[in-house]
Amino acid sequence: VTTFVAPATVAEALPLLAAGGTAVAGGTDLVVAARSGRRALPPAVVSLHRLDELRGIERSGDGSLRIGALSTHADLERSGLVRSGWPALADAAVLVGSPATRNVGTVGGNLANASPAMELGAPLLVHQARVETSGGRRLGIEELLVGPGRTALEPGELIAHVVVPASAASAYVRLEYRRAMEIAVVGAAAALAVDEAGRIEEARVALTAVAPTCVRAPAVEAALREATAAVFGDAAELAAEAASPISDVRASDRYRRAQIAVIVRRALELAHERVCM
Amino acid sequence: VTYPLVLTVDGVAYSLAVDGGRTLLAALREDVGVTGPKEGCDDSECGACMVLLDGRPVNSCSFLALQADGREVTTVQGLSDGSEPGPLQRAFVRTGGIQCGFCTPGMLVSATALLNESPNPTEDQVRLALAGNLCRCTGYGKIVEAVLIAAAELGEDRV
Repeated sequence: VTTFVAPATVAEALPLLAAGGTAVAGGTDLVVAARSGRRALPPAVVSLHRLDELRGIERSGDGSLRIGALSTHADLERSGLVRSGWPALADAAVLVGSPATRNVGTVGGNLANASPAMELGAPLLVHQARVETSGGRRLGIEELLVGPGRTALEPGELIAHVVVPASAASAYVRLEYRRAMEIAVVGAAAALAVDEAGRIEEARVALTAVAPTCVRAPAVEAALREATAAVFGDAAELAAEAASPISDVRASDRYRRAQIAVIVRRALELAHERVCM
Repeated sequence: VTYPLVLTVDGVAYSLAVDGGRTLLAALREDVGVTGPKEGCDDSECGACMVLLDGRPVNSCSFLALQADGREVTTVQGLSDGSEPGPLQRAFVRTGGIQCGFCTPGMLVSATALLNESPNPTEDQVRLALAGNLCRCTGYGKIVEAVLIAAAELGEDRV
């Protein structure tokens, strides 16, 4: 690092970013990568930690959830509002790293880092969330995440808020080899609305760590519509159609592909339990 | 280039000048001279560097020092008054939750944050709260036991 600046407002931050500065929120990706020797710290750090206008989790007048981009995973995990209304997001937040990671890592940072294995991506997709940027743009999560480590943000543009519409019951489940300090091997989020006869009125499913970004699984969603919980197993089998997994140190592509249906079924079952609560 | 950094460490205020990439751990150990927090992995895997930042555990090795400006840091050295070990520290000694001792500062810091928030934790809560703190000696059983013993002892004091 040659320079470090901590603007007090978003308005002060934007020209610094436009001039080539790199935004650093919690640093759980950027600083950890530097310490482990994977990638040097950026030469011009624009630290976001003083931007209080980007904090806070609240319900808007239209019933949607409005999450400041500097909210931490611990903030999501501890929010009664999130746990009751958008439970897949709380499920995902509590799985991230360790308590220390969750106390520092932010929602905006998780999105901007755009890892295909990010835990918040699939829950935000099934909840049809969008981000509001500092430039006043509104982007759906599927528009924001364009590839591994790549977003549709323009140079100098910050994620300011994440807006999540009021929605159906939801859940997020991942395949993991250990309970903490883990990254999803395969993950799935499901959101369901079910009528009194048990007929599925609304179903959305998204996958983690099996494609270049977190992705929806439209074939599963189509198979669930107008059906009942009895089809969860068969519908989950269709999830692999949306997947193009890679082999890496964590799992082979074949293992990931084989586990997708299992994890999707578990996410559907957990979301369905919550519908019926 | 250095930048001013004002922070409180274990109740004492410090004014430092650090460069932009300096980590909180380096600032604590080398600038402040508080060597309780350890450098283990140096990339947020092991927890030996754990400190409380405004009461919450963070990995100081991977935290930019300048982001702690104006905030309150508690290290293992701030957990008791220095003359007498506290209940948590005594419990670690009693159970043998300390062997080589390198993870101990981080374990004590994470356990302190847990007990401040959940005075009567279950064993599962203890294990989840200590996640991110690696111990290569004890097998963790004695450490978990120590936290549960300290919780029980602190609970009796409150009655």
